[in-house]
Amino acid sequence: MSSGLVFAAAGAVLFAMGLAGIVLIGHLLRRILAFNVMGSGAFLILVGLAQRAGGADPVPQAMVLTGIVVAVASTALALALARRLHRLTGRTTLSATDSDPE
Amino acid sequence: MIPLLKRVAVILAAASFAGALVVAMLDLPAPTVHLPAAVEANMAASGVAHPVTAVLLNFRGYDTLLEVGVLLLALLGVLAVTGVRAAPRAVAPAEPAKRMLARLLAPLMMLVAVYLLWAGAIQPGGAFQAGAVLAAAAVLLHLTGILPGWGAPGPRLRVSLAAGFLIFLAVAGALLARGALLAYPPAQAGMLILLIEAGLMVSLGLILAGLFLLLSRDSGDEA
Amino acid sequence: MSASLAFDLLLAAALLWSAWRALATPDIFRAVVLFIVFGLLLTLAWARLAAPDIALAEAAIGAGLTGALLLDAVGALGSRKDGAP
Repeated sequence: MSSGLVFAAAGAVLFAMGLAGIVLIGHLLRRILAFNVMGSGAFLILVGLAQRAGGADPVPQAMVLTGIVVAVASTALALALARRLHRLTGRTTLSATDSDPE
Repeated sequence: MIPLLKRVAVILAAASFAGALVVAMLDLPAPTVHLPAAVEANMAASGVAHPVTAVLLNFRGYDTLLEVGVLLLALLGVLAVTGVRAAPRAVAPAEPAKRMLARLLAPLMMLVAVYLLWAGAIQPGGAFQAGAVLAAAAVLLHLTGILPGWGAPGPRLRVSLAAGFLIFLAVAGALLARGALLAYPPAQAGMLILLIEAGLMVSLGLILAGLFLLLSRDSGDEA
Repeated sequence: MSASLAFDLLLAAALLWSAWRALATPDIFRAVVLFIVFGLLLTLAWARLAAPDIALAEAAIGAGLTGALLLDAVGALGSRKDGAP
């Protein structure tokens, strides 16, 4: 078992964890965390799977590099929307009835 | 409160999804296309000596071009959501020792950024990492109260924000007129890539710093 | 070989644990700190995957800049008590 495969498998679990988090969690900041965990899982799968036979593969590595920068930009935009919602309504979840269990 | 049943169902579904993914990964046949060899074969024509930089700015340059466009859009989105304000307040000044440390570190970080940009041609590094270090320097200066937050970006700042994308687009357009999008002539490839990366470093650093400076100016107003 | 495999498995387990804690910890500030820890562990994983470019970017952007953005947002969103609506 190569380190590529180990981290690709970890990436798959992280992706599923983030997905479940987005569905289950109401608090917007935590949802953004879950979205980032999901993205990191996808990045690990991309690079890990391409390198499962060993040896670095620059093509997925370059794509993940762009992905990381886009992820931080989308995180900032999501945070801006969440903060705006909080400022206008005082809420930290999307729906008024769905109170966050956390 | 989320019903327990839904919680259990979602966790079970996610777990079986992850399990199926892992099983599929273990079952995968060996790849038939060997990309590292293709990259290696074309390195001589790429203009740089580091494979990741070659992929990022030469072989798949249009990915990077569009990515910078996405970043610019994200910044515009943040500007639209947070609104333009005239006079942002600076953070309360930090202790003198911290301020001095920030003043000492910021020029060093700029040096590191330029080094990373230059080193990207032959070893790990490049415009993204350099831009991130520049943005980190700006955040450090902001948190110690030296650099105020952003109000409305002035004309000079707007040009700098878009410069990376515009230089990249201009090079791509000029090359399109010669034949194909972003197909650099091998002799000038190294110089063109350095030019694009320099623009990208400045714009990425400003955009990433701007995302923080635009968002953080709200902190004080909300209490 | 087996020592490096053991390290990979340990690192993968630490990644999963920190991500899980980041999503499940009740205190939002602790959750963000755990997420930054997750980003730093991920940096190690990229180094193990022979991807120093991504490791550099992850350390500066994933752990640093995202962490700063999130911590700032925790401060802004926490200024009013949760569950008030």
